Amino acid sequence: MEHTLPPKATVEIRPPVTEVGVIGWMKANLFNGWYNSALTLLVLYLLWLTVPPFVDWALINSTWIAGSDQCKASDGACWSVITYNIRFILFGFYPHDLQWRPLLAMALLVALLYYSQNRNHWHTSLAYAWVIGLFTMGLLLKGGLFGLESVESDNWGGLPLTLLLSVFGLTAAYPVGIILALGRQSEMPVIKSFCVVYIELIRGVPLISLLFMSSVVFPLFLPEGVTLNKILRAQIAIILFTAAYIAEVVRGGLQGMNKGQYEAAESLGLNYLQTMRLVILPQALKIVIPPSVSILISAFKDTSLVVIIALYDLLKTTQTTLTDPKWMGYSAEAYIFVALIYFICCFAMSNYSRRLEKELDTGL
Amino acid sequence: MDTTAPEKIPFLRDPAKLAILYQFLTVVGVGLLSYYLIGNTLANLERQSISTGFGFLEREAAFEIGETLIRYGAADSYGRALTVGFLNTLTVAFIGIVLTVLLGTFLGIARLSSNWLVAKLSSWYIEFFQDIPILLQLFFWYAFFYEILPSPREALNLMPGVFVCNRGLIFGVPHWHDAFKYAAAAFIVAWVLIFFIRRWAEQRQAATGRIFPLIRCSLALLIGLPLLAWWLSGAPTAMNVPQLTGFNFKGGISISPEFTALLLGLVLYTAAFVAEVVRAGIQSVGKGQREAAMSIGLKPAHVLNQVILPQALRVIVPPLTSQMLNLTKNSSLAVAIGYPDFVSVAGTTINQTGQAIEGVALIMIVYLVFSLSTSAFMNWYNKKIAIVER
Repeated sequence: MEHTLPPKATVEIRPPVTEVGVIGWMKANLFNGWYNSALTLLVLYLLWLTVPPFVDWALINSTWIAGSDQCKASDGACWSVITYNIRFILFGFYPHDLQWRPLLAMALLVALLYYSQNRNHWHTSLAYAWVIGLFTMGLLLKGGLFGLESVESDNWGGLPLTLLLSVFGLTAAYPVGIILALGRQSEMPVIKSFCVVYIELIRGVPLISLLFMSSVVFPLFLPEGVTLNKILRAQIAIILFTAAYIAEVVRGGLQGMNKGQYEAAESLGLNYLQTMRLVILPQALKIVIPPSVSILISAFKDTSLVVIIALYDLLKTTQTTLTDPKWMGYSAEAYIFVALIYFICCFAMSNYSRRLEKELDTGL
Repeated sequence: MDTTAPEKIPFLRDPAKLAILYQFLTVVGVGLLSYYLIGNTLANLERQSISTGFGFLEREAAFEIGETLIRYGAADSYGRALTVGFLNTLTVAFIGIVLTVLLGTFLGIARLSSNWLVAKLSSWYIEFFQDIPILLQLFFWYAFFYEILPSPREALNLMPGVFVCNRGLIFGVPHWHDAFKYAAAAFIVAWVLIFFIRRWAEQRQAATGRIFPLIRCSLALLIGLPLLAWWLSGAPTAMNVPQLTGFNFKGGISISPEFTALLLGLVLYTAAFVAEVVRAGIQSVGKGQREAAMSIGLKPAHVLNQVILPQALRVIVPPLTSQMLNLTKNSSLAVAIGYPDFVSVAGTTINQTGQAIEGVALIMIVYLVFSLSTSAFMNWYNKKIAIVER
């Protein structure tokens, strides 16, 4: 039996106006049901109470370039505290006319990071580029070679110090973390227990106790007459701390490996080092790239704790600015500025980590 | 036929022997390193004439502590000062954990709300507070109290009897009366009762399939019993309300700006992480579970209680405990804003006595005890809720 379809309707019936477009969207997402409508209205009311006064304070009534006298007269935000002290906040006690060097080092770091985020650029040569790049950055900060004037590390400060502690910290901690993770997975009881004790010990205590240790106990460990400078000691504490967390992340990657990979490598006659270097680690480390970015984010945020042992990182330079009688009382503005710097960096990294997770997800 | 014994494996190719060699070398390496470090340390201590050991705990501390739960004065010993700090850490961690779980759960659920505005605001909150160092947030709240809030004379009156000013948070409490003692006892009794009712309800459900309204019943007991005890013992309503006299408030309870700033910073920061944990937990329960539960005729409340929550909690609890531990560890940042927690008191002790190693060791031991007991709890919990494969 055959049906004949009715002739196609000439008039296309459009959905009612209340179901599409802005109105439809609002109906579906803001006012579906009395409960959600009440909630939306309540939230809108709260926003109306808070946002306009904040905008008023931060933008409309604010002072941007006038001196502190005019700030005292106005009742808006005083962003001059930033504009007047920006060089000290960003670079600390670094010699004024040499501040192009840390600036250049930071630009180099940003360029390297930007270049590395594209997965098509991930070759062995990129690793060399990073080694050279990190060396150049260190050289730019320290000087003393190629006619660059030498700058004592006591004068390092601000954002370069924050970046230095976190980036060098992570770079140096990664190999240590991998060794610890391999040790924890090892079948040799002595090595395994050393690694487990180390990892659990470090993960169980707050970073600040390690920083305390770096400032008061490390000097006792050294033979008479030998001293390590404060920044290096803090850097060692951060490396020791980060390595334990990296070890746990890498262990996750190692445990995610199929047993067949180990057996296949063994049946090819590879020894332990070859198995790890050629078969297991390349795959395991790929899995753990996104969580490693999260560790970089934590390391970046955690370096702010060096304030407590009086290193002049970004947060400490800001606090120092605020102790100047001229700029006392503008903490909110200064801290909001620093918070924005941290937020932009961390947000970019966490977005990247999320994107990478999606891209690397091969559905296994 | 070749019957010779298998060829002897050379020493360097025998995994078993190599393993022993490597482990021996590790032990020797670690031993030598420790010997070197300990030797240096002892020599340094001798030169600075610092005696090792925990004898200093008995000596007089000679410094005051702003906030104490137990009686303490400058004449007391370092040991007692450290106890005060330890109790302060426990206080801030306990209150912080309770508030964080509440706020974090709220934010996590809001993040999944079908209301676009609520979901967006919640996700912005989570992103923003996660990405700013906790120390910076603490400094901000500390400055907020000391610079932005007005003096007691112009204190903000949030609710009747609750004031905020640069002296901290001040609120009224009921005058002490025995009735509150009985109410507290009734509260404990209610918990014990709930424990037994729960056991009975589980057994009955397993035997007959009938579901007992446990949550409603528990809430009624928890609120009703203390109220009843309070009412029976005279229903006292007298309040100790803070009054502005001169330059400061008298009466009520006042909480210092340091404590409030620390609590606020820790809670707002950790709640962002807890919210993500809660969201992941809720999303981990497959849609089919809800549909299956509804199709066998469970009521919406039962779908949540009997099907969704037990499975979501299995995913939520492990990362949640690690967030609680993080909060406890982060409470050590109190030292930066002058709240006398354990690390802060230990830091003062190190500065005064020079007993750096003992001081740092004490700090580490205290936090290790926290984290080891947490992981012991986790192991117990994981074993308890592990899916029984059939």
